Amino acid sequence: MMENRELVIIGGGSAGMAAAVSAYDQGIRDILILERGPFLGGILNQCIHNGFGLTYFKEELTGPEFLTRFVKQVQERGIAYELNANVTAISKDKQVSYVSQKGAHVIQARAIVMAAGCYERNAGAIGIPGERPAGVITAGQAQLYLNEYGYLVGKKVFILGSGDIGLIMARRMTLEGAKVLGVAEIMPYSNGLNRNIQQCLIDFGIPLYLSHTVSKVIGKGKLEAIEISEVDDKLNVIPGTAERFEVDTLMLSIGLIPNNDLLDKIGVPMSSTRGSKVNEHMETEVEGIFSCGNVLHVHDLVDYVVEEGKVAGLGAAKYLKGELKRHEKLLHTKAGDGIGYVVPAAIDLLNAEDKVQLKFRVRKPRKDVYVEYRLGDKLLKRMLKPAIIPSEMEIISLDKSLLEGEGELTVSLVDKEAK
Amino acid sequence: MEDIIIIGGGAVGAFVARNLSRYELNVLVLEKENDVGDATSMANSAIVHSGYDPVPGTKKARFNVEGNKMFPKLCEELDVEFEQCGSLTLAIEDKQLQMLKDLEARGKENGVPVQLLSGDEVKALEPNVTPEVKGGLLCPTAGIVNPFTLVAHAFENAIDNGVKLHLSEEVLGIEKKGDHFVVKTNKGLYEAKLVINCAGVASEEIAKMVDDIPWTVHPRKGEYYVLDHFAPGFVNHVLFPLPSEKGKGILVTHTTSGNYLVGPSSEWVEDKDDHSTDKETLNNVRAQATMMVPNIPFREQIRTFAGLRATPSTHDFIIEESEHTPGFINCAGIESPGLVSSPAIGRYVVEELVRAKLPLKEKKDFNPRVKKYVSVAKLPEEEKERLIKENPHYGEMICNCEKVSLGEIEDVLSRSLPALTIKAVKKRTRAGFGKCQGGFCQPKVLFLLAKHLGVSPLDVLYDRNGSQILDKESK
Amino acid sequence: MATDMTCIICPRGCHLHIDDDLNVTGNSCPRGAAYARQEVTDPRRTLTTTVRCHSELLEVCPVKTIAPIPKGKVFDAMKEVNEVVLVPPVHIGDVVKANIAGAGIDLVATRDIEK
Repeated sequence: MMENRELVIIGGGSAGMAAAVSAYDQGIRDILILERGPFLGGILNQCIHNGFGLTYFKEELTGPEFLTRFVKQVQERGIAYELNANVTAISKDKQVSYVSQKGAHVIQARAIVMAAGCYERNAGAIGIPGERPAGVITAGQAQLYLNEYGYLVGKKVFILGSGDIGLIMARRMTLEGAKVLGVAEIMPYSNGLNRNIQQCLIDFGIPLYLSHTVSKVIGKGKLEAIEISEVDDKLNVIPGTAERFEVDTLMLSIGLIPNNDLLDKIGVPMSSTRGSKVNEHMETEVEGIFSCGNVLHVHDLVDYVVEEGKVAGLGAAKYLKGELKRHEKLLHTKAGDGIGYVVPAAIDLLNAEDKVQLKFRVRKPRKDVYVEYRLGDKLLKRMLKPAIIPSEMEIISLDKSLLEGEGELTVSLVDKEAK
Repeated sequence: MEDIIIIGGGAVGAFVARNLSRYELNVLVLEKENDVGDATSMANSAIVHSGYDPVPGTKKARFNVEGNKMFPKLCEELDVEFEQCGSLTLAIEDKQLQMLKDLEARGKENGVPVQLLSGDEVKALEPNVTPEVKGGLLCPTAGIVNPFTLVAHAFENAIDNGVKLHLSEEVLGIEKKGDHFVVKTNKGLYEAKLVINCAGVASEEIAKMVDDIPWTVHPRKGEYYVLDHFAPGFVNHVLFPLPSEKGKGILVTHTTSGNYLVGPSSEWVEDKDDHSTDKETLNNVRAQATMMVPNIPFREQIRTFAGLRATPSTHDFIIEESEHTPGFINCAGIESPGLVSSPAIGRYVVEELVRAKLPLKEKKDFNPRVKKYVSVAKLPEEEKERLIKENPHYGEMICNCEKVSLGEIEDVLSRSLPALTIKAVKKRTRAGFGKCQGGFCQPKVLFLLAKHLGVSPLDVLYDRNGSQILDKESK
Repeated sequence: MATDMTCIICPRGCHLHIDDDLNVTGNSCPRGAAYARQEVTDPRRTLTTTVRCHSELLEVCPVKTIAPIPKGKVFDAMKEVNEVVLVPPVHIGDVVKANIAGAGIDLVATRDIEK
């Protein structure tokens, strides 16, 4: 029997909960959150470290504390959610199929918010040279084993990739008695936050090898050793630079990838972030299907995930109330020089709120650059940045009134000297 | 005393065992790894070759063509994913067209249906092949199979029909004592009237335990890329380049799970346990594959792997009773097209070679079928609902990428063929085969295995002995 | 002694410089200046970890020190942490171990575990 819902939210992590709360506060009552795990809160359940909430709650919280505040907001409002519920398919006309121990269900939704998070890039995806023994594990998986199940995956650890999860796990494993021998980062700069380099590596004397990668995995059944080598500026291994480390664990912190299977399968257009193309209300190119959080693009801070979830929730509410009409004319955004991507992909000025937020990341670290915002050729805004790095997502709010005109909205970097 | 000991639990061992299980015999299979099908049978192209390519008159040609014909019924009985999608061998340059014609002739000689296609006809069938393509040889009887469940289900069926399987048991020596053999393993001694050597890359070493043999088996490594199931129909046939001395070349194919496979390379190696990959070789695989299919989306890569082919010095399969040691049967040097040939080899070994040595009395209750497996995600909604209502564990998804439910994993764990490792569960159910490579589901599978096997989570193995995932409790 | 450091107070991670007279530059907020002075006189860290807690769905309960403890006491604190066993229900803020490592600071639960 087909059930009907105004709004179905896929994923009960921070993005999904924020979207639900925001839609509720806009007057939508018939909401269902489908969460595949046994708890609301998604990946924050295993992120027991602190540093969350400084922007949103103005205080420093651990992951579980942060998520608990949102769970309370969901529960106070009486928003329905189902745990251990796994969405197997959605359709363009917004039917959501899912299974749980209670059965197989199909819901006809009027709107969907996709908030399914991301997964970790792993050894298979980058094809690390050498054998494929046990002991090569992603940092998030090691974190799950340690922080939810209470097991350490190894005694002697090397980490590939300087992403934040890897850095956090370097400290965590060290505190629990493991020896972390080093972190190799293929880029000439770290991909983690500065504070994590300090408090997770430097505090414990763990060396960071920039411009290095793992050139060989050694071990038949279980990992015995790895070799790391220096790379050249094309990121190719420089022969003769190999250094061997005897370790039982190689932990990978080499990036996160939006988990977009469901949208991909129904042909929702995707962007270079491997998330869907969205407008200013986080609505995909399929009317009434919204996307937010790490399934849209990978964020560095959960506070921003929550903000984005709220925008998607607001968008879904407006859509359900008939306040988001589709218009022909859209203002398209463009990642200009030095910019990796810009979210949203397009802005419908007739629907947009007074302020329009753009989020973007730079391709590589730069110092003393201007970030320029142009509409066609017209310069809208220029901001000097003493330093800007890819691991930090940049956010800017632009007044809608600025955006009237012709052409694309381009974000680009311009050297200070060039001016 | 066993009637027969089979050494090696790969595809060949599986079908020898299954064919023997039809008869009133005591059969024991010894496998040194912790799972069946854990070496060459696990890491190959998973192609059910049509048989147009082996030199006519060879064992390769015979068993390939015979094996190919057995697959539809076999996979139905054993509930194995099999798709007779056909293969296309491509000529990219004009000068290769003559070679295609030669292959067509060879295919006809081998009794394989073949059809020459023009470049345009190829492009119509496969829009993603290079526009340079000049022609192709279509072999409609070729197909793809799930190699993991093929071997596992054949063993399950053999065990259901009375065959004994000992995993983690390595053969250390074989002695002929009068009219029987004594086989020594790391765990004990066994006696048998006949011994059948199905030991893959180690078949030379096993044969040497009883005989001076005039042949060798050398490991030849093949490295592959696995891509995610990104777009159904990106390629529809198994696409081969023209074969060379080094083998069938680098192919591009979909798999029965909807993934895409690109490879293999061909490298001689010394170590019979070398499953390493390296960047240069894989880059070369990639370069060659893109000559056939230029726009392969390698960003969809989810894994690389390497497998070893057991390449015989004789250039043909060695399937015969030992000249000097009667009762010792070699199935050695089963390189490509080994997987497709294995059911026919199994039948031949039993019906011709074993029958000549032992009386074969048919079992009355032989059942050629395994109990059906279910995949919840593939069922229509009403059947899903019915199944979950019957057993709620079918509604709990363990692997998100490949949509494998708790019920499906419990089914595998309850079967007669043991699944002792995370890798065994992965091979049977596909849990952990997807793009996150077990990132989310491996802990669940690990704790489930610990419970099922009655061991500490610390003792659960990924695959081989020593391959524990967990080191110690944190508190 | 004048020194450079990376601020760990918030994700911005400002590069701070502090001179002999404890004057701080490079900070974007007053908390950064306070951090730098603290770091050169008495460096402290908030400890986040887990303690054993047998519950229906989790084997461990996350905890933190309610305020930063002296950096040198972190490993001593871990020894004490590893002795603690909780029984549900546990609530956020429950003191799991008072005065951890003699630092005068309590270790508290950071998760609700009902059963």
